[in-house]
Amino acid sequence: MSVMEKTAAARQAEWKPKIIAFCCNWCSYGGADLAGTNRLSYPANVKIIRVPCSCRVNPMFILRAFQKGADGVIVCGCHPGDCHYSTGNYHARRRMTMLFSMLSFLGVESARTRVEWVSAAEGARFKAVMDSFVEDITRLGPNERLEDLRCKEN
Amino acid sequence: MQRELINRARELLADGTVDRVLGWQAGQFAYDITPAVFTDAGELEAHFVYNEFCADNLSKYLIKESEKEGKVLAFLKPCDTYSFNQLVTEHRIRREHVYVIGVESYGKADVEKLRARGISGITGVETVSGMLKVHTMYGDESVPLNEVMLDRCLTCKSKKHVVYDELIGEDGDVVADSGRFDMVEKLERMTAKERFSFWQGELSRCIRCNACRNVCPACTCENCVFDNPGSGLQNRAARDNFEEKLFHIIRAYHVAGRCTDCGECSRVCPEHIPLHLLNRKFIKDFNELYGPFQAGEVSGQMSPMCAYTETADPEASVVRKGGAE
Amino acid sequence: MQKIGVFVCWCGTNIASTVDVKAVAEAAKSVPGVVFSTDYQYMCSEAGQNLIKDSVLTYGLTHVVVCSCSPRMHEATFRKAVASIGMNPYMLEVANIREQCSWVHKDKEVGTEKAIALMKAAVAKAMLNTPLTAGSTPVTKRALVIGGGIAGMQTALDIADAGFQVDIVETKPTIGGKMAQLDKTFPTLDCSSCIVTPKMVEVGQHPNITIYAYSEVTEVKGFVGQFTVTIKRKARYVDESKCTGCGACIEKCPMKKVPDEWNMNLNNRKAIYIPFAQAVPKIATIDPAYCLKLNTGKCGVCSKVCGTNAINYEAKDEYLEVGYGAIVAATGYEMIDVSKYDEYAYSNSPDVVTALEYERLMSAAGPTGGHLVRPSDGKEPKTIVFIQCVGSRETEDSCHGGKPYCSKVCCMYTAKHAILTKDHYPDTDIYVFYIDVRTPGKLFDEFYRRAVEQYNVHYIKGAVGKVTPNAETGKLDVQAADLLLMEQLQIEADMVVLAAALEPHRSARPLATMLTAPMDTNDFFTEAHAKLRPVESATAGIYLSGFCQGPKDIPETVSQAGAAAAKVIGLLSKNELVGNPCVAHSDEWMCNGCSQCENVCPYGAITYEEKEFRMPDRTTKIRRVASVNPAVCQGCGACTVTCPSGAMDLRGFTNQEIMAEVDALCL
Repeated sequence: MSVMEKTAAARQAEWKPKIIAFCCNWCSYGGADLAGTNRLSYPANVKIIRVPCSCRVNPMFILRAFQKGADGVIVCGCHPGDCHYSTGNYHARRRMTMLFSMLSFLGVESARTRVEWVSAAEGARFKAVMDSFVEDITRLGPNERLEDLRCKEN
Repeated sequence: MQRELINRARELLADGTVDRVLGWQAGQFAYDITPAVFTDAGELEAHFVYNEFCADNLSKYLIKESEKEGKVLAFLKPCDTYSFNQLVTEHRIRREHVYVIGVESYGKADVEKLRARGISGITGVETVSGMLKVHTMYGDESVPLNEVMLDRCLTCKSKKHVVYDELIGEDGDVVADSGRFDMVEKLERMTAKERFSFWQGELSRCIRCNACRNVCPACTCENCVFDNPGSGLQNRAARDNFEEKLFHIIRAYHVAGRCTDCGECSRVCPEHIPLHLLNRKFIKDFNELYGPFQAGEVSGQMSPMCAYTETADPEASVVRKGGAE
Repeated sequence: MQKIGVFVCWCGTNIASTVDVKAVAEAAKSVPGVVFSTDYQYMCSEAGQNLIKDSVLTYGLTHVVVCSCSPRMHEATFRKAVASIGMNPYMLEVANIREQCSWVHKDKEVGTEKAIALMKAAVAKAMLNTPLTAGSTPVTKRALVIGGGIAGMQTALDIADAGFQVDIVETKPTIGGKMAQLDKTFPTLDCSSCIVTPKMVEVGQHPNITIYAYSEVTEVKGFVGQFTVTIKRKARYVDESKCTGCGACIEKCPMKKVPDEWNMNLNNRKAIYIPFAQAVPKIATIDPAYCLKLNTGKCGVCSKVCGTNAINYEAKDEYLEVGYGAIVAATGYEMIDVSKYDEYAYSNSPDVVTALEYERLMSAAGPTGGHLVRPSDGKEPKTIVFIQCVGSRETEDSCHGGKPYCSKVCCMYTAKHAILTKDHYPDTDIYVFYIDVRTPGKLFDEFYRRAVEQYNVHYIKGAVGKVTPNAETGKLDVQAADLLLMEQLQIEADMVVLAAALEPHRSARPLATMLTAPMDTNDFFTEAHAKLRPVESATAGIYLSGFCQGPKDIPETVSQAGAAAAKVIGLLSKNELVGNPCVAHSDEWMCNGCSQCENVCPYGAITYEEKEFRMPDRTTKIRRVASVNPAVCQGCGACTVTCPSGAMDLRGFTNQEIMAEVDALCL
């Protein structure tokens, strides 16, 4: 059955948000690991990509995720002042602010993108952040404004 | 003005100060101006023009011209001087190879606005006491310049030359009340859905001709990511409505903090997409979030995209304020 | 052609209970590029590692994907395993299906589905992995310490004691720094000179330490392990190898009116001088600004009286180029210029002094021989007002533009000054005006309480509004407010002592630029990590000792100096530095030369050079291109995003690799 044959309602019923989380190796990825160690469950549609630092996240990666059908993208890094590389998260903060601002300017719902600071000791915070992000995205529904329709079909 | 420019260029060529002159010449039609390099007095006399159709920003051409041996004379309008400074900052122009003459400009004419007034067969323009005198095959017409000005000139940010070796004509001032962010503000006040429809309507007209990229004095990459098979972004015509946006988001993002708001992108767009609004959104954000910044104002200044403050920068959630959804 | 092997770990039941590991291994078989997949109970065990190694050899695998616990746990283990059979360790990827999957998702179907997605993403990334080799650079086993105060001396001694050569560069003619100028130290009141001068002698005599006094660093090239430093040896006009420090020249020098900076300009010295009796090296220096011979050509007395013929009026600055493996910044502090605080009348009255001047007035080696008197008339003061926080803890809107931070030592040294003054002259009235009294430290609060309780020093929470020299009485009229009693006070003082803010030495900022070491807005060197790496700069091979990193008292400075030394010793004891292969690199053909990457690099790892290129049209062209020093790059990736053309990429986390992961996870 192709997309064309599905009714919008059926699609909506089947739909589960796809969420990409970029996590810096030193803090947030560790925070995600700690959430695991403490068996703090969060929705399985959060998929983590490990990057050395939040400043490694190129806006291109985020756009690519949306293009390929992600419904929400979240960038996680060390708390300001705690970056392993001293200043990476400050750069990330500006870059993401500007990117998100542009996406919002183009009419993309601003809740689809987020930056959160999660330390390696904050397993519980990681879970809470992911829970709330997934909730936001679920409420927004599928990302129709920035998706690549061809890639959605399967 | 044109005569003055030619005379000075001839002098500088004659006394060996410069080896070449970068200016404008008419194309097939009088309003069809194109940048050109002149090497002797004969060429200057035959082809050099400077009038209200000379809208092209010459700074970008200086990247290649300043790589060559010898010195090139460049005539720069106020808006062009900002681009020039920015390119010097980025080490794209060899400053010592360029002799800059600042030329005054009070706005350039939009030939389409002239046509809309039924003026055709244009053979030339000049300003006579505040009025634009249009020479046509059917006689002269006179119209107020500000009624037929290019849109970008109507919201001019500055009539000041931020860099020059000498000046012909008068230097102006930064325009404090240019109103150049009015349209951005209007969009910001819309709902996300309204903005989406607005941009959908605008960007879907994009034919990916690359004119905006090619004219942009900030888009000077040796190898553009859109042409680079290794970048993961390589594409020509957009395959879907996402890529229409992707191209323009990435282009705006790449020039953020470097765009001087010269307005060339919108001027050359054959589909009349207001691309400058994307750049102005970034400029406005920089000003509001990180303090006033004008790219190209001073050479050597650091882009706000490369800078940060530890405590004063707002968190990214700041974008959720206002008209965001 | 990639031949990828996928190894799915059960982790006992940790993974296997919520992820169908067999299904993951089975799913892997249909992923393009995967030629082998299997599962095993404990992949990290020796048997598990052998399974991976054997499979690599049997199936000729080019890449390995292990689906197991977090890479933070066992990535190194698996990389070592594949390296042992000759595979490049960076051809291995780990899919985290325990911490980020089986442990957080209870439903087996959901867990299995996610594990398969994570596996596919790891395969997609592994597909693009290329062999990476860490570069190595030899280490020059010599350290440079910039600054010869207590911080620099302690660092140098500790490094030298470990058996490494150390050079100290000090701008003054002698080492010793500010500590040598202090009278006593808080809270023990032991004599500062008695502690610091033996240390100076120890430094001077240490076989592994070379002192370049009266010298400056003018250029720093290179990077960690391989610095080349240019040291300017300012002309002393005295041959260091000949001068014995006998002092005969000083005695005979006719130029007597040179302000003595050692005594905070409270008295005068000669144009040829040794700063103080215990100076190390004890060598005379001619002050070129005042020497008659150098300025007028007439005199030459010192040359005549010198028994060893050490005077050389023709001397010129000399430049040395020395190689170092590590550099320690120990540039210390100075007091801010208090003359801008008009209300305290520092410029109008000699009896308004800074704390450091007061220190000299009390010192036995000072201008008054330790006899505390008013600079104006030489009389003993009866009433002294101490003003705290002059220029410290100022807010942004303050009109003076002082320092936002607390200078940390002022509260304690003021208590010391008060106690010592009372010890000398018990009938002196002492007032201390403070914002807060801060005494965190061993025996600090006890010391302060002694000043208040035993010595009856008047501590007043409040501010001094104005100090006016009274020509009639010869005293200083001090107008102040007591903020606790809410009343105005008028004090007739003999002296006013200003606890001026301490700021990093003016030489620190240009030095930081030379070292490409980051600094904060107050010109303190920024440490690599505020909590975990407090003695290292973010720039590899640069270490921080003492006040240049932040306000400190003597014991804190000595602790930090020792810690910096330990880090230097750790570096110098290596023969070569093996880098992290996951570093940035620039594609020179795509580089625009715009310098944006250089601007965001926190480590100064990126430099630009003009390089000649043979262009496709067979012309040659000089282009400005970035190059990354892999020994300095730490692999954060900040440069890769700022690069507009995408010329800059990060090995191990390339744009293409990350996008492949994105693609795989979004399917």
